[in-house]
This record gives sequence, C-alpha cells and structure tokens, in this order.
Amino acid sequence: MENNIYGLMAEFDTTTEIVAAAEKVRDAGYTKTDAYSPFPIHEMDEALGIKRSILSYLVFGGGITGLLLGLALQYYTHVIDYPIIVGGRPHFSLPAFVPPAYELTILLASFTAVFGMLLLNGLPKPYHPVFNVPRFNLASREKFFLVIESADPKFDFPETKDFMESLGAQEVFIVDE
Amino acid sequence: MQDVNDIVRKIDPPMVEGDHDYGTVTDKISDITLKKRTPFGWFIGFAIAFLTAQLLLLTTLYLVTTGVGVFANNQPVAWAFPIINFVWWIGIGHAGTLISAILLLLNQKWRTSINRFAEAMTLFAVACAGLFPILHTGRPWLAYWLLPYPNTMGMWPQFRSPLMWDVFAVSTYATVSLLFWYVGLIPDIATLRDRAKNKFFRYIYGLLSWGWRGSARHWHRYEIAYLLLAGLSTPLVLSVHSIVSLDFSVAQLPGWHATIFPPYFVAGAIFAGFAMVLILTIPLRVWYNMKDLITDRHLIYMGKVMLATGLIVCYGYAMEAFFAWYSAAEYEVYMMYNRMFEGPYWWSYWLLILCNGISIQFLWFKRFRESPFWLFVISVVVSVGMWLERFVIIVTSLQRDFLPSSWGMYAPTIFDWTMYIGTIGFFFALIFLFVRFLPVISIFEVRTLLPQAKVEHHGDDDHGHSHGGGGVVQS
Repeated sequence: MENNIYGLMAEFDTTTEIVAAAEKVRDAGYTKTDAYSPFPIHEMDEALGIKRSILSYLVFGGGITGLLLGLALQYYTHVIDYPIIVGGRPHFSLPAFVPPAYELTILLASFTAVFGMLLLNGLPKPYHPVFNVPRFNLASREKFFLVIESADPKFDFPETKDFMESLGAQEVFIVDE
Repeated sequence: MQDVNDIVRKIDPPMVEGDHDYGTVTDKISDITLKKRTPFGWFIGFAIAFLTAQLLLLTTLYLVTTGVGVFANNQPVAWAFPIINFVWWIGIGHAGTLISAILLLLNQKWRTSINRFAEAMTLFAVACAGLFPILHTGRPWLAYWLLPYPNTMGMWPQFRSPLMWDVFAVSTYATVSLLFWYVGLIPDIATLRDRAKNKFFRYIYGLLSWGWRGSARHWHRYEIAYLLLAGLSTPLVLSVHSIVSLDFSVAQLPGWHATIFPPYFVAGAIFAGFAMVLILTIPLRVWYNMKDLITDRHLIYMGKVMLATGLIVCYGYAMEAFFAWYSAAEYEVYMMYNRMFEGPYWWSYWLLILCNGISIQFLWFKRFRESPFWLFVISVVVSVGMWLERFVIIVTSLQRDFLPSSWGMYAPTIFDWTMYIGTIGFFFALIFLFVRFLPVISIFEVRTLLPQAKVEHHGDDDHGHSHGGGGVVQS
C-alpha cells in the first residue's frame, strides 16, 4: 500500500486551522510535507519549517551580470571594435553608457526573478499526484490542504493517517501516485 | 464590541464590501471570464474598437507601400505626431506600473483590486507606443538595426545617443511589464483551470498556469519573486520616462534643453496614466457590477493621486516659464513668448493649461472627487491635456528655433490622425479581449484582503506581521 500512494492529504476550512495543524506536523518530526492554499499564508513558512529561498541571491547575481554585460557591450563597441569620436566625448563615455547598462541590470535581474522562481518551484509541471484528489480543485478557490508524503522517513500508513485525523481536518484523503 | 467595529469601519472602510468569502470573490471575478454568455455590450464595444483598429492597419499598409512622406513630419518639425503619440502612450502605461509596483512596496492595500487591470493597460499602452518609433522610420522591417548585433556592415548602434537609451529602456519596460503581469496571473489562471467547464479552455488555462498548485513552498518563492519584481520595476518605471524626456532635454533646442524634464515627465506620465485607469475602471465596475471590489474609495484615491501628480506637472509648467525668463537667454525667452502668446500655436498652450491645470482644481472638492461621473469627465480632459502637453513641447519648440530663416509651420496629415486614432482602437480592442478572457482583478490577492484570511494567533509568536490585508507584501 505505502508504495503506491504519494501521501496523505488533510482538508481544512480556515487559515488558522491549517497553520495550527502544520505546526503539529512539524513538531511531530515530519519533513516531507507541503501545504496548499488559494493564497499565500505567511505563517505557513514557519509552521512548515520552510527555509528562506536562495532566490534573492540569484536575482542579485542576475542584476550584476546585466550591469557588467551592459558596460562590456558598450566598451567593446565604442572603444575596441569601432572607436569613433562623437560630440567630442571620450571613447569610453561612462555617463552616457549608464542608461543602457542600468536597463540591462533590471532586465536580467527580472528574468532571473521570474524564471528562477519557476525553476526552483519545479514548474511547469502539468501533472502532479495531488491533482488526483477530486476535492483538490478547491485548493485554488477556498480550501486548505496539508500533505505528508509517503517518502517521509517517519511515514507509516495507518499511524500517519490516524495522526492526521487527530489534527481536526474536515477529511483525510489518500493521494494516489 | 459592535460599536468599536462600526467606528473602525468608518475610519478604515474595508477594501472589499459586502458579505464575501473566498468562494464568492472567486466566483464573482472568474465568472466574467467563464460565464457562458458574453454580454451583448461587449460585442458592440469590441466591434467598435476592432473596426477603429483597422485604421492603424490600413495606415501602416499605406505607409510601408508609399513611404514616410505620408506623415507631415518635415523640417523644421521633423518630430511630430509619431513622437507625440509615442510619449503619450508610454506615459499612460506608467500608472499601471506605479499601481502594481510602487503601491505594493508602500503597502497600499487598495491597489489590489485595480493592479491587474492597470498592468494590462500598461502592457497594451506600451504596445501602442512601440509601434510609433518603429513605423515612423518608414522602413519598419529594418527596425532590428537598433539592436547591437554583429553585422556585415561592421557598425554598431551609437550608445551615446538618447535614442539608443530609449530602445533599451522601452524594450526592457515592455518585457518586465509582461513578466510582472504574467507572474501575477499564474495563480489566477490556475483558478480558472480548476473552474472551467469547457475542455478546450481548461486545456489552455492549464498550459498557461504552468501547473500551479498553490504549494506553500511555491508561494514562498513566488512572493519573493513578486516583491523583487516590484522593487525592480520601481526604478525601471522612473527611468523609462526620464530617458524618454532625455530624448528632448539632451538636445540644445530652446524649450527642450531643461533639467526639470525627467521628474516633470515622470509626474506627467503618472498623471496621464491614472486618468486612463479611471477612464477604464469607472465603466468597467458598473458594467460588470463590481462596485463591491472596486469601491468608491478606490476612485477617490485615484482622484487624489491625479490631483497630486497634476500639481507637480503644473509646477513643471511654471518652472519652464520661470527658467526661460530667468535664464535671460534670448532664444529661451523668445521660445516661451512664442509658445504662450505670439506664436501660431499659442492656443494649444492655453488649452493645455485649461485641461491639465484648471480642470484638476475641481478635485480639491469632495463633490467632484466623490462623483464617478465628474472623475470620468476630468480624466478624459486630462488625457487630452497630456496629449496637448507633448504637442506643445514638441511642435512649438521646433517650429521656431534659432534662425528665423528656418522657421516653419506644422499641420498633421490625415494619416497622422488615422494612425493615432487607430492605436486608440487597438488599445481598446486589446482591453476588451483581456476583460473577456482573463481575470480582471487579482483573485488571490483579493482573498488575502478578506478578514478570514487572517491567521488567529494562539499565544506569543506574533512577529508584528500584519496579515489578512497585506496583499503579497511581507512586513
């Protein structure tokens, strides 16, 4: 049985209930857990023990890359490849080179933010086992779902199910693989 | 307890009126898209906009088959309608980014029910803006020459030119606006996917939602990404109109060569943009019965922003005139004199002052500020005024510069007009399509505004987060 299921899913009605349940799940030692909600709940990060993402550092790196790329592009074109005096300005006219470099900084940082977020989230992922639960349609509407995966070292089929039922959930579902 | 709540409601009215829960706000917003019957009015509106957009298509066809001479751009007014319209459109776009990014960073919760719509407006306005510089070159199929790529001509674009800065600023702005808008849409498209009955649309929305499932780990990174995008869009939007203004102020021409241009242009952009947001939201909330989500309070706030930015713009007008006089430079003094009194276009200056300076003074009064009708009227007047502002700056400065022997007059041709009107049709056609196929209000952010979204704390671990209304801002 355990090998065929992805995990167990408990349904909740309110944010307060699911956050309290998530704290209990964390305190019970489960790590392969996740919560699904129709909008972000900030308390959930702490309740589930989610560590701060490295995304911000990646975005900073993306921005710096954009800045250096912008300056390098303008240096190469106007100093190395085709040096020409325009309006009496030096070949390397830094003040005039600021706007393109600035825009490239923002462009690459934004790309990193969006695609970094999607990649770290493992999206696009059109199929996921949680979609097998018919009630899960409501996760994008008004209900809150807490999942413990069967891959969790502490997962034990009847015991974990009993534990989840004790959390005050509306219902506990088995999520098929 | 009840009286306390009443007082709180009076001081700080809720952003969502009526008895809503997560389900009803979801239905209310997504039904516009998913409901089987499209309102008849939608077809009428779309048909008018779409037919008007054909003017753009026909003008473009005539332009590329004939040549850029179909426009009235010529010495001395070599820059006229195309650049006026470009600046006008791109300015309108700025309010969308202001609402979605700057108000998010400032934790202004009221932005939540208008940001999606305003971002779409930004995107479509930038699309219209981008057409003008590309098409007015006369050979739009060579527009890629603007990009720095190794080529057989052995040449590079001139990065010391503000026109190149414009290429980078506007293309970055269009790209980042699209990303910002789309990232905001992902969770809502997932809602549409889960609610759509029609298989085809469920498939399309499924593809567009990238398999979003609302995982807490995903929301965590999502919020970081969204907040960072807001932080990046804020300096971006300020830089875009500053760079647009540098197209003028880097030149030596009296009337253009002014240091006040960047902030004055940015304020004007936000001013024009809020006017356009009001023009779009006032009918929308009536037609789709959304007064509980886009409340009177939202309109009043937008009216106030319009008043504030309008006053900054008026300060800009005053400073332009003051510095022309204070500079004691003969050409500057004459430019202002020509613009205001003596020149053939003096009427456009005073019409501008009437539209942008006088009309907004009514917003000081509650009676006008709280009336959607008057807000709509003032917004239309301001939109005209902001177009006139660019006309005044561009045409009156160019038509009489230093040498009287090179003075001249400017009058637009019919094709200048059809192209401009065509882009208005194109813009509204896109808005109609957007309203029909995508959620016009950010559903997931409205859910966070509901009182029940707040997590009741049990015990001591309150970190001072203000929940249940922060949109996606983490305090």
